[in-house]
This record gives sequence, structure tokens and C-alpha cells, in this order.
Amino acid sequence: MSKTKIESDHGLNVRMFVTGFLLVLLYAIIITVLIRVGVAFGLVIVIAFALIFSQYFFSDKIAMFSMHAHEVTPAQEPRLHQIVDRLCLLANMEKPRVGVAEIDVPNAFATGRSPKHAVICATRGIMNRLSDEELEAVLAHELSHVAHRDVAVMTIASGVGMLAGLVSRVAMWGAIMGGGGRGRNGQNIVLLEMITWVASLVIYVIAYLLTMALSRYRELAADRSGAILIGKPSVLASALVHITGDMGRIPRTDLRKTEGMNAFFFAPALAGGSAASLFSTHPSLEKRLDQLNKLERELNG
Amino acid sequence: MGLRDALFGRTTQAQPKLDNLFALATGALTLESELDLVSSGEAGLCFKAGSGESTLTTDADIEQLLNFDEAKNTVSVSTDDLGFKWLVIKDPDLESLVTRIHSANTSMVENGLGPRLLCAVFGFVPKTPPGDGSLRLVYLLKQGTFYPFAPTGHDQRDNELELRVRSFLEKDIPMEKDLGRWMALWDLPVN
Repeated sequence: MSKTKIESDHGLNVRMFVTGFLLVLLYAIIITVLIRVGVAFGLVIVIAFALIFSQYFFSDKIAMFSMHAHEVTPAQEPRLHQIVDRLCLLANMEKPRVGVAEIDVPNAFATGRSPKHAVICATRGIMNRLSDEELEAVLAHELSHVAHRDVAVMTIASGVGMLAGLVSRVAMWGAIMGGGGRGRNGQNIVLLEMITWVASLVIYVIAYLLTMALSRYRELAADRSGAILIGKPSVLASALVHITGDMGRIPRTDLRKTEGMNAFFFAPALAGGSAASLFSTHPSLEKRLDQLNKLERELNG
Repeated sequence: MGLRDALFGRTTQAQPKLDNLFALATGALTLESELDLVSSGEAGLCFKAGSGESTLTTDADIEQLLNFDEAKNTVSVSTDDLGFKWLVIKDPDLESLVTRIHSANTSMVENGLGPRLLCAVFGFVPKTPPGDGSLRLVYLLKQGTFYPFAPTGHDQRDNELELRVRSFLEKDIPMEKDLGRWMALWDLPVN
């Protein structure tokens, strides 16, 4: 088909691959170091895995709970359900559960470990502020997150990052303790502990930055797929402008409560600072609008 | 959706399955003998018009693309309240309705509009005495399955009739097994 070119953006794929690859590489380096050091740290890893796993397994419940969201039936929210129904049939995907968060922050999120367990959720604020067509665009973006299995991808990515920091710290600590007592004095121990601390911090920061970068690419990918699904990139762009414009006007203090949910949000609730782009889960508005603009031209051309 | 697609965060656009559409002719015979329902002479094709997409910016363009309307005034285009376009075709003969819906689908696919197609709807009315449209058979284009839709008011549907229709038609045409996909199409322009 002639339109296949639109479905995949080569540059985006490469950047995403490189980011993902670097994360895995980081993990591999740490594992290698650990094996060389040869420390017993099985229990710590088991606990870390259990934490990551439960975060992944209960992602829908955790996210719904922390957003005060509840599932809604077609009778309660006929409009929302109708829009989701049609989008799912259009994309030939399974219909996720639909939820509404009774808060005024205009936003939407998708969660759940697999398409079968997915929930897509819109806040009351976004439903009040956007037109039906714009809401449809936002829901198409969230459905793309479900189709791309972004909860699984991001949980694994952030889990790996967390584990990297934790494991390297435990390992180096173990190396110091198990390194034999010969010639050791107080000053050395303090120095080694300092190095351990700094090294694990550096590893954690690198992992964190990579995770954030991955998250931004996933957002762009979801924008792209969502815009292609509805066939109108400009509508998604206008929804983005509406939400972001509105959100900028709301005081920051009220929005901080939702900070923990940022990675699963359509647009991040915290207004970004000057050097925030490296640390943010979402790409800047200009970047997202740029991409949608380009896509609009591709569809027209 | 494969692992590679998940890793790279992309989706393949769903293409319509048109082949099962022709099974409707057999289904219609069963509907007539079992439930005394005949074609209302109307069928509709529902799709989401995108921006750009070659020439399809106005309703006239769409009619021109589907240039098979020799008799004139049997094809009309409208937009529903959710922003989906409806192409409604009037033709007393069911088989030629099916053929025309199929050729409309085909020319849309050829113009790269395949992923935009949602469903085709065929109206059925009681034969004796002739009444208003009471049952529609909806063909889900991406799934390639049919389901009955029997609205009885603005937002009520006759589930009992729908399930009876399914039990009669199951053998003749591929019915949608997932009842969650039996989407309600309120105020649809097809009688």
C-alpha cells in the first residue's frame, strides 16, 4: 500500500532503538561488574523484581486509585463510550475499559499491563474543555499507548533503571565489605563509601535520563499513531494546544498532587522549567506540534 | 501486533475485509422466510473522513469518486454527530445494493481510504404489512462480521429481536461473536 510510509518514522525508530539499547547496555554492564565482583545479593534482586512486577501487574488499579478515577458504563457516559467504540472498531483492536477521573485538570491517561487489562481514562476537565472531535483525537492517542503496550515498556525501562542504581550500590558495598581486611583503615573506608555513593548516583541519573528520553519518544509515537488513526493530525494538534494552554494558567500548587502520574499522562501536569526538557516525560509542545504538522503535510502530499 | 511493533511504538493500520459482504444475499433469504423481513432498499457506508487524503475534501468529491450513479439521486452523503461520514445508497434490489456498497468500498481502498472505513449498514423492513425500518444488519468492515441492530427509539434497542436474528443467521453469515462490538448507531441515516 502506498500509505505504509506514513506508519513508521525512521528517525523516531532509530532514536527509540538507541535509547532502548543504551538502557539494556547499562544493565548489561552492571550485571557484568556484579558477576566479576561475585557478591551474594539474591534477596535484594528478588525484592526489587517483586516491586517492579507488582507495579506492572496492578498498574491499572494503582493509576486509577491515585487519580480518583472510576470505571464508567455506556449508560453513564454514552458519548465517551461511543467515541471509544468507533475508534476501536476502526483500528480493529479490543475495547479497553473506560474510566473518568472527577478532577478538573484537563488530561487523559491509559494504563493496564496489557491490551486485555487496559483502561483508558479521561478527566472531567478534559471532557468539559474539548470538542467531541478533539476528545476523539486525545482518546486515539491513549488507545495508541495501549496498542504500543507502553505501560509494559515503560515499567520495564524504569524498573531496569531502578535496579541498575540499586544493584550497583549493593554490589560495590559488598565489594568493600568482602574485599579482605588487609591494610584497611578508617580513611579508606570513608573514601570507598564516597565512591560507591557517587557511582551509584551517576548510574541512577543516567538510567533516569534514558527512561525519560524513552518516554518522550513513546509519546511522539503515540501522537503519530493516534493522528493516523483519526486521519486528522491537525485535530490532535488543536487538542494539545487547548489543553496545554489551559494548563499553563492553572496554578502549579494544585497540579503537584498529580505529579506521580506524569509518565502516563497525555500532557504533563507540571509546567516545565528552563532546563526541564531532559528530565521531562513528555516532549515539548513545539516538538509535538512540529511532528503533527509534518504528518499533516505527508497525508496531504 | 508483533513484538517489533510494540518495541518501536507503531501500529499497522487495519485494512477492511470485504469478502464476507456477499454472504448477505443468503442471509436476506433467511430473514424473509423466518422473520418476514425484506430489504428496505437502503444501505449506508460509514467512514471517517481524514484531512487531505487526495481529493476527498467535500461531499461532492466523494460522490465523484464513487462514480457509479447512473440513475442519479440515489446516492447521498451526510455527516453524523460524531463526525463520521455516511454514504447512503438507495436501490430496491438487495443484490445490487451489496454490489454497489462493495464497489464503493473497493474504490475507497484503492484511494488509500481503507483504514478509514468503519461499517456498512443494510436496512430491513417488515414485508406484510410494509412498515418502517425496524432492523439493520451492520457489517463491520475491519472485522468482516455482521451484527443486527434494532433501534426502537432514540436510544433504545430491541435486544430480543437482535438475538433472534443472530440465531437465524448464524449458519448463513459470519456473525460478530463479541457482543461488546454490537455498537449502537443511534439516529443513523439509513432506513
